[in-house]
Amino acid sequence: MRRTLQEKLAILSDAAKYDASCASSGTTRRDSRAGGIGSAGGSGICHAYTPDGRCISLLKILMTNFCIYDCVYCVNRVSSRVERARFTPEEVVTLTLEFYRRNYIEGLFLSSGIIRSPDDTMTDMVRIARMLREEHGFKGYIHLKTIPEAAPELITEAGRYADRLSINVELPKDDSVARLAPQKQPKGIRAAMSHVRETRAASKVASHRGKRPARFAPAGQSTQMIVGADGTSDRDILGTSTRLYQGYKLKRVYYSAFSPIPDSSAMLPLIRPPLIREHRLYQADWLMRFYGFDAAEITSSTKGGNLDLEIDPKLAWALEHRAQFPVDVARAPRELLLRIPGFGTRTVQRILAARRSGPLRYADLIRIGARVKQAEPFITLPDWSPGALTDSAGLRARYAPPPEQLSLFA
Amino acid sequence: MIQIDLPVLGRAKAWREAARCLASHGIAPEEVDWQGGTLFGGDPIPDADGPRDLRVPKSFVQLSGSVICHTDPEAPALLYQALWRHQNDRRSLGNPADPLTRRLDRLAKAVGRDIHKMHAFVRFREFPTDGARRRFAAWFEPDHRIVEAATPFFARRFADMDWIIATPFGTARFSDGQLDFDLPGPRPDLPEDASEVLWTTYFTHIFNPARVKVGAMKSEMPVKYWKNLPETRSIPAMLQDAEARVQRMRDALPTEPPKRAARIAAMPATLDQTRAVAETCSGCDLCAPRRMVWGEGPTDAPLMIVGEAPGDHEDQQARPFVGPAGQLLRAAMAEAGCPPAYLTNAVKHFKFSQRGKQRLHQSPTRGEIDHCRWWLDQERRLIRPRLTVALGVSAAFALTGRRAALTSRRGTLEPAIRGGDVLITWHPAAILRARSRSEEMRAELAADLSRAAGLAKERMAAQGVRGATSL
Repeated sequence: MRRTLQEKLAILSDAAKYDASCASSGTTRRDSRAGGIGSAGGSGICHAYTPDGRCISLLKILMTNFCIYDCVYCVNRVSSRVERARFTPEEVVTLTLEFYRRNYIEGLFLSSGIIRSPDDTMTDMVRIARMLREEHGFKGYIHLKTIPEAAPELITEAGRYADRLSINVELPKDDSVARLAPQKQPKGIRAAMSHVRETRAASKVASHRGKRPARFAPAGQSTQMIVGADGTSDRDILGTSTRLYQGYKLKRVYYSAFSPIPDSSAMLPLIRPPLIREHRLYQADWLMRFYGFDAAEITSSTKGGNLDLEIDPKLAWALEHRAQFPVDVARAPRELLLRIPGFGTRTVQRILAARRSGPLRYADLIRIGARVKQAEPFITLPDWSPGALTDSAGLRARYAPPPEQLSLFA
Repeated sequence: MIQIDLPVLGRAKAWREAARCLASHGIAPEEVDWQGGTLFGGDPIPDADGPRDLRVPKSFVQLSGSVICHTDPEAPALLYQALWRHQNDRRSLGNPADPLTRRLDRLAKAVGRDIHKMHAFVRFREFPTDGARRRFAAWFEPDHRIVEAATPFFARRFADMDWIIATPFGTARFSDGQLDFDLPGPRPDLPEDASEVLWTTYFTHIFNPARVKVGAMKSEMPVKYWKNLPETRSIPAMLQDAEARVQRMRDALPTEPPKRAARIAAMPATLDQTRAVAETCSGCDLCAPRRMVWGEGPTDAPLMIVGEAPGDHEDQQARPFVGPAGQLLRAAMAEAGCPPAYLTNAVKHFKFSQRGKQRLHQSPTRGEIDHCRWWLDQERRLIRPRLTVALGVSAAFALTGRRAALTSRRGTLEPAIRGGDVLITWHPAAILRARSRSEEMRAELAADLSRAAGLAKERMAAQGVRGATSL
């Protein structure tokens, strides 16, 4: 029985929803005024939001959910009984272009189960990207999920057509990969990420005659880790992220709370996805990338190496380092302002601009958009001093949600 | 009091010109009424710019362009106040804590967000057309007067199609590369668009029912936009079903893996391992009673030659192509100067009917070939030959999936089901059986093999040691 395009789309988008990334920003600026269709560059656009609160920026589908691998956390593993389907390359191209023309999406995020061999699968994916770019002059965004076991030549070719390449490290530790994704080789995954990094670096260097090499994944590479499927602590996860950011120049590390999948394996916990933990990891990730924290600082004061689920990691750090507070907002350098709970990067930028016109008062901070209630115990202003509040024993209780009353009837 | 009526379209330019004129005449903000439209009218604006020099920072030009789109009736006056103040006070405009600056920033931010949401939430529907350019149209209801500011984005993005975006604040038309604006009209009738069904399918299925966060959705996709977003109609049903879907997932856990899983998961990494697994195969009736005849030859052979099935001799020796037909093939290969080749069969077991003491060869059925194809594919996957040769119609069917008669296909290259291509030629046993044409057919076999040898060598030279795609 042949499936209709709609049935295939249902199956293959169902299969793709466990990939967290949907970013479409930060690629080269281009548009279709000189021919073709589409534009990209600058910040991406989220065209819709599903009730899980996640944005739809790209058409995120699998080319096929047939797979020869047996990764226990994955709904598409060979031993799962999910329905299977396969798009032809032409179908993927048509869907992408027709959705794009109606302004539903920014482009395509193509991933795939592994059929026949990694090379074969990667060849088909590259073919889809090539058709979009060369036959249809598509200028929108393309994200290809790279198969690490595929030949390096294929990955190089993929980077010529794609804006972003990603290779999932899957799990934060090698022994978890060995246990839960037996056919995947952490070494091979890292080798592929190095290959992308090096090819990308080489693509930016002009020759001595000024000739620029072919473009390669201008929006960089990213990866994804599943959180909560194994016992790894947040400290180890953030350590792994740091190594990934530094070692492979990744643009983003995505954390995906392990959610129960249809037809799950008996090896996995049957829990609610640890959404708060995922959120805290993203906050910690942000602190590392934009606030000058390093992973060790964030996790130094944690219990058992895991982030506090009740309060955010920046506040948790501040509560453990009260000797450094209160900070004088009128004088503190940028780095110190960024460490104040309730002050974001935008707020700090505005404070620095406003300081040039004179001292800032409490009301000014509110007007600027700082979360002053949150920041109060950690700052001094001409018209505000926290007094003993900074060192008071009950300070944490001010932020942490009250303990939930247990139900008598539960 | 000077009264100024700003037009619906071209508002930003009209405000700039008016503000420049007023400020250059030294007319204070208190003397200007920007809301216009009062019954008695006011004093007219001076005809030409006045004598005063104006100072306007670059950032203010951009700020005013945004703020003027805002529907807040005070927006033009606030902008003029800021411009007026800047002539004597150079700092406040750069101070985020200044109340007027902050207010203007907020207005600009609201407009920026509205533009961003327009870029996100316009949904085109296609109009049928006979022309070369496809035609689309959309209805969108922004909060502010952003048609002119927001639509150049669509002109850059959708340059190869004609489109109309109609809004309560004006209509943007893009045809043949030219963007024009019209005064607001009634909401147009848009045709049904079949792609909306697909889009809604995608929207429903990319949703993960295990992580419902309605608040996050509504803050980014406010409900006021929903009436023009086709996909949002399925949200109530999605939410209603979410909890039950997750529960069904939990209840259904864990399940027995499907039969094929063990086979695929145990997919061996080497040819020897594959052979060991194949020995345990019980895919069809041929498997059990007879011994398996596996392929033979170098594991990195550039050429793979596939026959139909082992015969009597092959079955007894458990080696492929050792009977009379095999001898003919080997002779023809030597004659053609074939590189080292891997020899195997589409089906790995001997099929026969017993007649007294004689075992008479029978061709495998389609089902048997289908069952055994798995092993053939594994051999091709692991050996990665540059070219595969199919001997006879059974091998051709196993490799290409086509059962057409051989006469018209012999000597041609056909794509294989699993990638790569296949050269089709006679089976040597057919040559032995053919009486009148056997010499001719033997020559054809030799010619085909010699072509195959040439192609394999050529590809080896072109692709280096490791061929990425050609199976």
